[in-house]
Amino acid sequence: MPKRNDISKILIIGSGPIVIGQACEFDYSGTQACRSLKEEGFEVVLINSNPATIMTDPMMADAIYLLPMTTDSIRTIVEKERPDAVLPTMGGQTALNLARDLQHEGYWEKMGVKVIGVNMAAVDITEDRQLFRDLMERIGIEQCRSRTAESLLDAKEIVEELGGLPIVIRPSFTLGGTGGGIVWHEDEFERKVLRGLELSPVHQVLIEESIFGWKEFELELLRDDNNNVVIVCPIENLDPMGVHTGDSVTVAPTQTLTDKQYQLMRDAAILMMRSIGEFAGGCNVQFAMEPGSDRLVAIEINPRVSRSSALASKATGYPIAKIATKLAVGYTLDELPNPITQVSSACFEPSIDYVVVKIPRFNFDKFTGVDEELTTQMKAVGEVMSIGRTFPEALNKAWQSLEIGRSGLGADGYSEPDRKTVRERLLRPYWDRTLQIRNAFKFGTSVEEIADITKVDPWFLQQIRYMVSLENRTEGQSLNSIPREDLLELKRAGFSDVQIAWLLSKSGEKIVEQQVREKRLSMNLKPVFKLVDTCAAEFPAETPYYYSTYENENESIVTGRKKVMILGSGPNRIGQGIEFDYSCVHAVLAAQEMGYEAIMVNCNPETVSTDFDIADKLYFEPVYWERVLDIFEHEKPEGVILQVGGQTALKLGKRFVEAGIKIFGTEFEKIDFAEDRGEFSKFLKRLHIPFPKYGTARNADDAVAIADRVGYPVLIRPSYVLGGQGMRIAVREEELRRYVERILQTHPENDFLIDKYLDKAIEVDVDSVFDGEQLHIAGIMQHIEPAGVHSGDSTAVLPPYSLSKLIIETIETYQYRIAKEMGIVGFLNVQYAVKDEEVYILEANPRSTRTIPFIAKATERPEAKIGVKVMLGAKLSEFDLTSKLKNWAIKEPVFPFDKFPEVKRELGPEMKSTGESIYFMDDFSDEHFRKPYEFKNLYLSK
Amino acid sequence: MSTEATLHQKAILALSDGTVAEGRAIGITGTTGGEICFNTSMTGYQEIFTDPSYHGQLMMMTYPHIGNYGTMSRDDEAHRVMIAGLIVRSFSDHFSNPVADGSLQEYLVRNRVIGISGVDTRMLVRHIRNKGVMNAVISSDITDRDELVDKARQWDSMEGLELATRVTRKEAQTVPSDGPWKVAAFDYGIKQNIINSFVQRGCTLRIFPAECSLDDVKEWEADGYFFSNGPGDPNASAHYALPVVNYAKSTGKPLFGICLGHQLMALSEEIPVRKMFVGHRGANQPVKNLKTGLVEITTQNHGFAVDENTIHDSRAEITHINLNDNTIEGLRFKTFPGMSVQYHPEASPGPHDSSYLFDQFLDMIKEAAGQ
Repeated sequence: MPKRNDISKILIIGSGPIVIGQACEFDYSGTQACRSLKEEGFEVVLINSNPATIMTDPMMADAIYLLPMTTDSIRTIVEKERPDAVLPTMGGQTALNLARDLQHEGYWEKMGVKVIGVNMAAVDITEDRQLFRDLMERIGIEQCRSRTAESLLDAKEIVEELGGLPIVIRPSFTLGGTGGGIVWHEDEFERKVLRGLELSPVHQVLIEESIFGWKEFELELLRDDNNNVVIVCPIENLDPMGVHTGDSVTVAPTQTLTDKQYQLMRDAAILMMRSIGEFAGGCNVQFAMEPGSDRLVAIEINPRVSRSSALASKATGYPIAKIATKLAVGYTLDELPNPITQVSSACFEPSIDYVVVKIPRFNFDKFTGVDEELTTQMKAVGEVMSIGRTFPEALNKAWQSLEIGRSGLGADGYSEPDRKTVRERLLRPYWDRTLQIRNAFKFGTSVEEIADITKVDPWFLQQIRYMVSLENRTEGQSLNSIPREDLLELKRAGFSDVQIAWLLSKSGEKIVEQQVREKRLSMNLKPVFKLVDTCAAEFPAETPYYYSTYENENESIVTGRKKVMILGSGPNRIGQGIEFDYSCVHAVLAAQEMGYEAIMVNCNPETVSTDFDIADKLYFEPVYWERVLDIFEHEKPEGVILQVGGQTALKLGKRFVEAGIKIFGTEFEKIDFAEDRGEFSKFLKRLHIPFPKYGTARNADDAVAIADRVGYPVLIRPSYVLGGQGMRIAVREEELRRYVERILQTHPENDFLIDKYLDKAIEVDVDSVFDGEQLHIAGIMQHIEPAGVHSGDSTAVLPPYSLSKLIIETIETYQYRIAKEMGIVGFLNVQYAVKDEEVYILEANPRSTRTIPFIAKATERPEAKIGVKVMLGAKLSEFDLTSKLKNWAIKEPVFPFDKFPEVKRELGPEMKSTGESIYFMDDFSDEHFRKPYEFKNLYLSK
Repeated sequence: MSTEATLHQKAILALSDGTVAEGRAIGITGTTGGEICFNTSMTGYQEIFTDPSYHGQLMMMTYPHIGNYGTMSRDDEAHRVMIAGLIVRSFSDHFSNPVADGSLQEYLVRNRVIGISGVDTRMLVRHIRNKGVMNAVISSDITDRDELVDKARQWDSMEGLELATRVTRKEAQTVPSDGPWKVAAFDYGIKQNIINSFVQRGCTLRIFPAECSLDDVKEWEADGYFFSNGPGDPNASAHYALPVVNYAKSTGKPLFGICLGHQLMALSEEIPVRKMFVGHRGANQPVKNLKTGLVEITTQNHGFAVDENTIHDSRAEITHINLNDNTIEGLRFKTFPGMSVQYHPEASPGPHDSSYLFDQFLDMIKEAAGQ
């Protein structure tokens, strides 16, 4: 069936602000959907309140509504735009829920809007556990076995039937699963059953078999109007059942399933997708399989594009969201070409000839008192994906991608925990499980024992043990005598030069990374770059999507064009998320418009910047020095752009300078100098710009002396941190000493600063671009919350709502002076505090920021592109700099406190929000302004 | 005398065009050769190694980790390994599967298979994709590269090679079922799951060797005739297979062919079969059923194909095509009740999307029997 011609205007619902469980993967899918529909000539209308998304850029849709994600907003849009159809499957659960609410009201039908991409009845089934259970039973798909008990005696009988403990208790009709949970031991059984029976209003509990420890799998499906179904990618979780799939280390394709087991799963998935209703689009199915039997249990089915489909798209190269969109508007799979090969059909199941590993990224350090054990509720804030020819290679590369300072899976100079710690850490699922498994092998633990404790499939354990065996072999060797084939085996297993240097240092002389690099280059050991092509090289592919590995043949042909390399921002985390992906995409576009071939390096599968048709060349690689340098030496670009990839990219700046590699824009020394408080303060003094009194301390006594001098309250801040990590406000000496001790534990090497805290000051955040002569003030944002609340956690109003003309002029003058004197070329962000009509400088960041996309959306000026073009040599006079903002735009932060009920809700100098939305306001009576204004001081803590 | 390869023992792969790759030996030591082909299935290595259609070929798996879940007898498609040698990127010395019989290494040793691990298989796949299939040798006892390339050049070409008689049963065999139907199956290298697929549907099979007496076939009075998959050039098998195909056609009973069987049925209608440049080998090949418009994801394993330009309307109708390259995947014959497919509806390994073809054949049998 070709394209539907009964619809011409389509509404796409986005996913709103970034929250845990719903991150920038939905910008990726939404962007693909928009482009896919535009390509087909549809008129696209879009709603998303998240300003930091590419999908809300003017080129993506015909009408874009940056409105709150509510049914009211959608009604307003529908009444104005009168779309023919709505596509609610690209915006996560948010979009699906909104569409479902309107469906239940009969709104879509009333307005003559067709729901495409999913069948709303299917959503009802998949959202209701009982309906889902009944349907699965009807079609013969197995579920966890269970029975309802009305007494303790019943419960005991049922446990017998189910084969004993552990079992799961689910009291009937309690809110949010209250009183439920897993029962491991006899001695807690009676108590928990009785409690469940008491708590249940109907005094019933469901006793369900526990599948904790079973193998977990996920399949990504596509279906068209003809009922053709393909499986795009099967994914195996290294962490067995019990850990949310978003928190699990996952591997593609499956590694431990025989074909018969896999086909069982494939058949079940297809049957399930067809059973929930007729619709054309994407779908995700999760299964558990009992190790040692073929018993397969269906966990859930999601009839929409998901986080896993973004991963599956990046893992295979197959653009799931793009194809799902085409299917939603009537195409059938057999009519579409595979966009990667162009020659073969989109109606097939990708075959890959490499291994993909995903590791989630957590931010537990931000939340004091948080329970770090991984459970069935997702806690990760981001993820990295890595590609290698083997599992060990991919696993090491994933650890290099995580950006937590590690250079691989251990053996990289970090202190090794003792046996007891390792054992305790392995007993429960934690984020670093793969590393603890490696540590356990270092202590000589057996595969059987670790499998017994962790339930991780022995195949993965054997692979990690192999990695440890390489470590052990290398420890006895020296740099001079290590044979080429041993070095090659290490590199093929993904070991970094840092790891190898550390291992070779064990037998005596201290070896550094650079020496290993020189040694291997002298042996002609350098990586080649292979193509991600969906088809295991069966067909030639057109897309320039590469990963590095140590093999014989290189497939990435270097062109003769002038090139620039753009470093991405790595995994999402609090303080560095989608806003930087937004800037990366614009950097690519800006470089291309300036005549450069744009080369993108990033390892975050949830991003638009890693879509294969954004950059001229995409290297899906860790933003880790060795890997980046390998790519640089292969491509030999003119230089690199670091200012759009957050701290991730900037952290590598010094090394680029040392290697004599050109960094576009502001000189790196200047960027670095802004981080050095002492130098920067001297600089401000020279320019007669005020700043809070401060001092640099190395210990608690220093700190107290400074605090006595500048006066309490004081702000304690470690250097070189992101999102205010570790920053605290102290009002008295005991507190100050306590915080200092804590900082010294985590950052023993660093100096830290004690600033005079400006109590009840107004904070102002200013983004600008400077081209050497002219300063373009992109936006002056006045915070509603007082200074002391991290700028990322504040409600920011653009333009200011209560600053005097004089203050604004002062700020503009300071901004210009700093830009000029620092020698800025490109972005400059400065944060100010205003107290008693005096303007103080808090900090300066010569790079793209979290607020650049917000300002771009508010003013309708391509701020990120302007900044990057100026870095590449353009002048501000070449741009139209008029702002289209009428009245005010508000940036509203979103927090993850609901995911961490054990953590107190408080705001301070350390950032805690995961995302933000934009809101346009006409006057101050608006409750989006009034509410935060009323509560502005309430949550300020330390 | 070849023995089990030890860890770190070197092996060399040499292609007839002079391409050479080094790796480590797996399976047993020695020298082996054949046509090098690649398979893109990510699961099901044991089924592939025991598929008689691969007889005499050097199998290169595109998925890097092979051996992960060991081996077990239920996954055998024949009573022995059929491939002439194995090429992988990363051989799993250890496996994880509580119900496996043993490791892949033990299995290769038991089946006297020579293999190589650690080579850049992707490079070789791209090489073959560009240059076409060619012969190669794997050796762990000869270290002279030129000698190995020479050996590869001298290896028998697959074109014109008759191989079905090397893998077929020696004696006819009856496989009973609890159903009423009798199917005569001709074994040119029949896969176990084809046998299972018939038996599950209530068909009792009489499996005849590739070269069999027509009288024996006549005597059995089958309700339908099945022509199996198998290795080699179908043109080389024609002299003994076509008389049987023609006899079957003369009975008026339905005929069904898979892979080599499909090619033989085409040959019997004077539709030529030619050697392909690379061939289709994998479990992700999209085939469109032109009658229903539906697409099935299929398992394929063939290096020869029916020539799409030579089909006369009066002889056969194209029922299935490959969506990647539009080659012919299925025929419905017009001069007799018969259908045939180039791919493997019995899967194993691979998706079960096409098992309906066995049902269709059964329907044809029932119809012919007046039911």
